[in-house]
Amino acid sequence: MVTGKGEKIIEINNLQKSFGTFVALRGVSLNVRKGERIVICGPSGSGKSTLIRCINRLEVPDSGSIVVDGVALSDDVKAIEGIRRQVGMVFQQFNLFPHLTVLENCTLAQIWVAKRSQKAAEETAQHYLERVHIPEQMHKYPGQLSGGQQQRVAIARALCMEPKVMLYDEPTSALDPEMIAEVLDVMVEFAESGMTTVCVTHEMGFARKVADCMIFMDEGKIVEASDPNTFFTKPKSERTKLFLNQILEH
Amino acid sequence: MSEAVDHPYRERRGVLRGLWASRKGRGLIYQVLLFSVLLLLILILVSNAFYNMEQRGLKAGFGFLNRTAGFGIVQSLVSYEETSTYGRAFVVALLNTILVASIGVVLATMLGFVIGVMRLSPNWMIARIATIYVETFRNIPLLLQILFWYVAILKPLPAPIDLFQQGESFFLSFNNRGLVFATPLPQAGFSLVLWALSLAVLASIAWSWYARRRQLQKGDQLPVLWPCLAGIVGLPFAVFLLLGLPLDFVPPVMARFTYEGGSTVVIEFFALLWALVIYTAAFIADIVRAGIQGIPYGQSEAAYSLGLKRTQTLKLVTIPQALRIIIPPLTSQYLNLTKNSSLAAAIAYPDLVSVFAGTALSQTGRAIEIMFMTLSVYLSLSLLTSLAMNIYQRRTQLVER
Repeated sequence: MVTGKGEKIIEINNLQKSFGTFVALRGVSLNVRKGERIVICGPSGSGKSTLIRCINRLEVPDSGSIVVDGVALSDDVKAIEGIRRQVGMVFQQFNLFPHLTVLENCTLAQIWVAKRSQKAAEETAQHYLERVHIPEQMHKYPGQLSGGQQQRVAIARALCMEPKVMLYDEPTSALDPEMIAEVLDVMVEFAESGMTTVCVTHEMGFARKVADCMIFMDEGKIVEASDPNTFFTKPKSERTKLFLNQILEH
Repeated sequence: MSEAVDHPYRERRGVLRGLWASRKGRGLIYQVLLFSVLLLLILILVSNAFYNMEQRGLKAGFGFLNRTAGFGIVQSLVSYEETSTYGRAFVVALLNTILVASIGVVLATMLGFVIGVMRLSPNWMIARIATIYVETFRNIPLLLQILFWYVAILKPLPAPIDLFQQGESFFLSFNNRGLVFATPLPQAGFSLVLWALSLAVLASIAWSWYARRRQLQKGDQLPVLWPCLAGIVGLPFAVFLLLGLPLDFVPPVMARFTYEGGSTVVIEFFALLWALVIYTAAFIADIVRAGIQGIPYGQSEAAYSLGLKRTQTLKLVTIPQALRIIIPPLTSQYLNLTKNSSLAAAIAYPDLVSVFAGTALSQTGRAIEIMFMTLSVYLSLSLLTSLAMNIYQRRTQLVER
């Protein structure tokens, strides 16, 4: 990948994962360095979501190893909790807690996991809610917000834990077209501030803007990994060309 | 009359046909019809009852409640003798019903939640045990279960006569008569122990308030549950010891065939309570499981990805949301438990049905009044439970747009 950008924060080695007879990952290896922004794309079923869900162990790989911030992922619950603490995640379906207000969504893990005082947690939450441009919705419930607003709250919620890495799992796929921009703007802002980011998305505009490295996956393997310029102008594999043609035509 | 001009076809129809044609009007007609039929039915029933009573020369009225009952009740929360009135017997029986129902509801809820969460455990063994529990106990008729615990498990316990010599006194015993214990008699100074207890409760409230405030300001979580429990138990006990045990006990003493004195919680209470709790908890467990499974797995994933543990996720994210699914069917289970407690009659636990609608009814023959009172009691208990649960339900409702 891009070199000279500091130490490795995620090291994935020969990861394999199947769901029943379906093979989602066929030996994927990937290193992410501190501050690096990686965008993963690929057709559905190519294993991109499975890959990033393995990083915080929402999926348990069948074989292979993952080391996050020097800690190897295993069945050790403490290690898993420690890693999840360092890795923020944003989901396609937002997954905000509907029984809590926006503010409480942002303070819950700060209080129970990071053991911050409620006051400090609320200050951090306010800070990040301002940065995602929705401080005025603080006391509303997620059900009262639009999809774009909900996703921005979800980003703020993850950032409140001050993670070292952010994972985005198709963050704009469940949004109406006019709300995609407001979420991408926020993502660009944080990616440019130096946050290590791994993002699964088909938003090629976003990828062009922020990615240090583009990864194209198909059938559980990394087909192509290169800098965005090379990736978009002269991709090496035919499969990548075909895919790019399909999504860029629209 | 421009309307008639706008709708000329209306003119030819009568008022009733006009009503029949509109959806609202038709609904009204159905409601009036249904109400009249119901009213007629009630009138027939009531007049029939009065006619029958007249034929037998009976007079309706609740005067019998002041007459002496003349029968004993093996367990009473308030003082009761054979010379007490039927009214008193009613109160005693009602309290016995409320006792078993309220303790049953609390225990069944706790057991049901534990089993329900166990069923979703990733541990194969734990989940399987919980499933077997649910499938066994909810598929056997409750009456059989009550009889089983009573006849097969509790009644074969040793009798007092097997346990104690004649003339021997004892402090506490669980035998086939029930839980028999020495009656505590508070002596001078015992009120201080009660004061200490109230003080400990107040201190606990203050402590939890302080712990919460400190969490707000500094972020560390002080232990609340154990210090409070220790205080509430420890302080009154220390005062009790310091005052030189200001409590006398009147122990039961073994006589020729059975014991005399002391206090007893009858074995039928335990059989009934146990059966009701085991049976209802099986249903509650399934309700809790369904409620938790009704919450999208993404909620748990989001909580995990923030670093929350499994137990924290259940407590803070899943169960609070599941409650709004759980509460309505849980309410029905509370009502079922309360109503099912009337099966007490099968093992002669002195509840409302067996004492009042049983013994009192057969002695007085006041079928209408006694049945009316008994039905009203169950109806009001159920309505009160529903009301309380509805209020609680409203508090767990999600705010939507």
